Amino acid sequence: MAGSVRFRRRADAMDILYFAWVRQKVGTGAERVSPPPEIADIAGLMGWLSTRSPGHAAAFANPKQIRAAVNQEFCAPDRAIRAGDEIAFFPPVTGG
Amino acid sequence: MATIRVQEAPFDQAAETAALTAGRVDVGGVASFLGLCRADDGLAALVLEHYPGMTEKALGDIAAEAESRWPLTGCTVIHRYGRILPSEPIVLVLAASRHRTAALEACAFLIDWLKTGAPFWKREEFADGHSRWVEARESDDAAAAKWG
Repeated sequence: MAGSVRFRRRADAMDILYFAWVRQKVGTGAERVSPPPEIADIAGLMGWLSTRSPGHAAAFANPKQIRAAVNQEFCAPDRAIRAGDEIAFFPPVTGG
Repeated sequence: MATIRVQEAPFDQAAETAALTAGRVDVGGVASFLGLCRADDGLAALVLEHYPGMTEKALGDIAAEAESRWPLTGCTVIHRYGRILPSEPIVLVLAASRHRTAALEACAFLIDWLKTGAPFWKREEFADGHSRWVEARESDDAAAAKWG
């Protein structure tokens, strides 16, 4: 599309999605990030993401309030992550 | 074979029930749960957000679990997203079986697991303009956990 920006997909890139108040606090619903190699699990990623902006810091201020999914499966904070994963952060679900 | 739909538009419970039993003579009963938008404390609307892709997968997994636990002839799960007004339907669960016990139990299981296992989030909008995200309830976790 004319005028669009094309991102080169880095080998270490991950797609991060945010929902509900986590999305509102971060200020975006999706972003692509390349964390350093020592970031190996969900808990570590939350800590690293929280340094990206004041909005991220607010969203991740209390990690116990946040739930996560890797590749569209709910997961625990100690779940390992790798390049190419689709990772989502959100509050506990309230459907039904 | 479960029918799973995630949609913005309203749905027709009678039509969905008819579709579940059409052309079959082995269905002894259909149990249903219809979740409605309740207007507490001056609520003007619920706005539902979900995780496209994961939502359909999670609902399909929950339906498959129900079908593995009870001898169902079919089941249907339809969940809406977007802006929903008081008294409008939000979610429909149907479970059909030869006998009532399987249908009733599977229906209760489906809605209990859906509430804690499908990625939906509700925001309440009030008449005075303010809004707030609904918080998850421990009683919903307990209801889901009792099925093991």
